[in-house]
Amino acid sequence: MLISFRKVTFSYQPLNKRVLHNLSFGIDQGSVTAILGPNGVGKTTLLYITLGWLKPQEGEIFLDNRPLHNYSQRERGRWMSLVPQKEHIPFEYSLTEYVMLGRAPYLKPLEMPGKEDYRIAVDSLEAVGLKKIRDKSITALSGGERQLLLMARALAQQPQILLLDEPTSHLDLKNKKRIISILKDQVLRGVTVLLTTHEPEVASSLADKLVLMREGQVLTEGPADEVFTGDLLSETYGLKVRIVEIEGKRVALWI
Amino acid sequence: MSLGASGMVFQMIFANPLVEPGFLGVSQGAAFGASLSIIFLGNNAWLVQGFAALFAFLGLAFSYLLAHKIRFGGWILRLILAGISVSALFAAGIGILKYIADPLNQLPEITFWLLGGLWGVTWSRLFTILPIVLAGLVIISLRRWRLNLLALSDETAFSLGAAPAQERALLLASAVASTAAVISVCGVVSWIGLIVPHLARRSFGVNTRFSLPGAMLIGAIFTVLCDDCARTLLAAEVPLGILTSLIGATFFLILMISKSRRIQE
Repeated sequence: MLISFRKVTFSYQPLNKRVLHNLSFGIDQGSVTAILGPNGVGKTTLLYITLGWLKPQEGEIFLDNRPLHNYSQRERGRWMSLVPQKEHIPFEYSLTEYVMLGRAPYLKPLEMPGKEDYRIAVDSLEAVGLKKIRDKSITALSGGERQLLLMARALAQQPQILLLDEPTSHLDLKNKKRIISILKDQVLRGVTVLLTTHEPEVASSLADKLVLMREGQVLTEGPADEVFTGDLLSETYGLKVRIVEIEGKRVALWI
Repeated sequence: MSLGASGMVFQMIFANPLVEPGFLGVSQGAAFGASLSIIFLGNNAWLVQGFAALFAFLGLAFSYLLAHKIRFGGWILRLILAGISVSALFAAGIGILKYIADPLNQLPEITFWLLGGLWGVTWSRLFTILPIVLAGLVIISLRRWRLNLLALSDETAFSLGAAPAQERALLLASAVASTAAVISVCGVVSWIGLIVPHLARRSFGVNTRFSLPGAMLIGAIFTVLCDDCARTLLAAEVPLGILTSLIGATFFLILMISKSRRIQE
């Protein structure tokens, strides 16, 4: 087990609004885990807790059999990278300059990125298909390209674990497919993926394991083909969902 | 130089190109401290300088505490709101002090100080502030690449292995210290902290690795040029602050207009 959550409870202070309650589950090395659940159920919170950005009031998270809070900031930066849902970038960086920021956890506090970092940044841009326009300003990017750029920055971190917050929302079909194939490629290289999504299809075409959340708790978890059922999805979202199979792909439809 | 670099630090940390070192009550605080000392303690250079620095830091501390108390909005929004209110309070305080000041010798002194100028800067005064300014600038220069990280959102900076709160605090303190030191000898020279970072980003790109030293360079050149004009334009020396504001604001307008045109293309 690479990451394990043990009885994690988290509330936002000072309102004491409880988001996660007594949550336990584990993630295997090299697997893809997708978290599904209605808005506000605590999916993003769970990602931030995994990252160490938010600290749970109770319970613990173990990364590689060591409590997460024992890792230094830089160590964590080399283990995990985050692809946020949206990132506001206030200044007009070039693509390469921005992706180079992903090298930060490998640099000493006073060090500047060097040739090797530049090469890795360009490789990451190539992996997401933005290498050709690498010297352009990020203001010239479309919404889909921006998402790919965030992905490239996360890849430049050369993480063992990729955390993605709804990586395919706001994307057209082609870009969705692209993101999915980039992630599959990373998994082949041994990267572990944890993502949240509102799209059952994305989850089922990518994930080995699904975690269905409801009211801050794990409703059910397990291998994707077992959990991806009409009944369980209906219970998660509180409305009637049926699974239809088209050309070997299973698709969720709400009725 | 110092004002240019501080301006860049502020704009990156607050991820907002319209911020300048005067933002967190620093400039107005310094001005208030200086006026206070001119009126009540006499026009002793050392006292004025000390009070200016003291109140600059008080302004920052006050803004910071106030931001902690505000119950809504993100941290940066709260800091900015707090900074605006603290600046306004100090500005009101300066108003009162001006009103009660002796119009014959104290008021002109205060006014000149508020407008800023380099004529009072002697070598000995320069050496008194040099250690602080240098320390601040060295810290900022060495960590300049990491400023890029701090312009991102907190959780992203954190995911990149940075400690956003601590790193911001360090750079902010360095920036305020060097700004306060500079203000304490030459008064409030406005607009440099705002306009110079823009010019630097225009000429050297947004990456702080290059734009920060650029901002120092441009800041120094800009100030010296303005000062030369201030001294030679008219028979009597025009206060530097007036010129920097005039030129800075004009420049800024031109920049804004040319920028919007580029976006339309």
